[in-house]
Amino acid sequence: MLFYSFFKTLMGKRITVELKNDIVIEGLLHSVDQYLNLKINDIRIISHPKKELFGTLKNIFIRGSVIRYMHLPKDDIDTDILQDATRREHNTHRIVIDNKKK
Amino acid sequence: MVLKSPYDLLKVSLDEKIDVKLKENIMLKGILHGYDKHLNMVLEDVEETKTDVNVETEKIEVTKRNIDMLFVRGDTVILVNTKLREE
Repeated sequence: MLFYSFFKTLMGKRITVELKNDIVIEGLLHSVDQYLNLKINDIRIISHPKKELFGTLKNIFIRGSVIRYMHLPKDDIDTDILQDATRREHNTHRIVIDNKKK
Repeated sequence: MVLKSPYDLLKVSLDEKIDVKLKENIMLKGILHGYDKHLNMVLEDVEETKTDVNVETEKIEVTKRNIDMLFVRGDTVILVNTKLREE
């Protein structure tokens, strides 16, 4: 649940999402779920290599599995907190593995 | 330094520069700030190198770009390289 919590802290910030089909969309992160599906509002299409049509689309839902990258605002991220949370998540995961081996 | 599992290698690489090879001939270099069991990652000061082969001209095109802070979805990750050495 690490990145789910991480993205919840970025709700309301503008981010850029790059999809696996090379479409790049910038917009306001409205919400995120456990699958890292996203709802982005007020979108701007930055790049669509195959000239897909978006019309007057404003608010979208993106399935998490089609995302390649998310470009994040550096200033809004505390890397120390993220590293600490990662270490804790790592230890939780290790406990699960060790218990399964028993 | 005892590394019991592949994840331990990632854990000791936190706050270090790592290389990440992705599907479709993409190479990332950046500082690892976070990861999870799916190999989703957050990297800082990333240099992305894309290597495309132009079938018509039979030329190799290398495109580079820099990104301040990047979340990478784990399902595209092929491998992770760290600079650590066994002591």
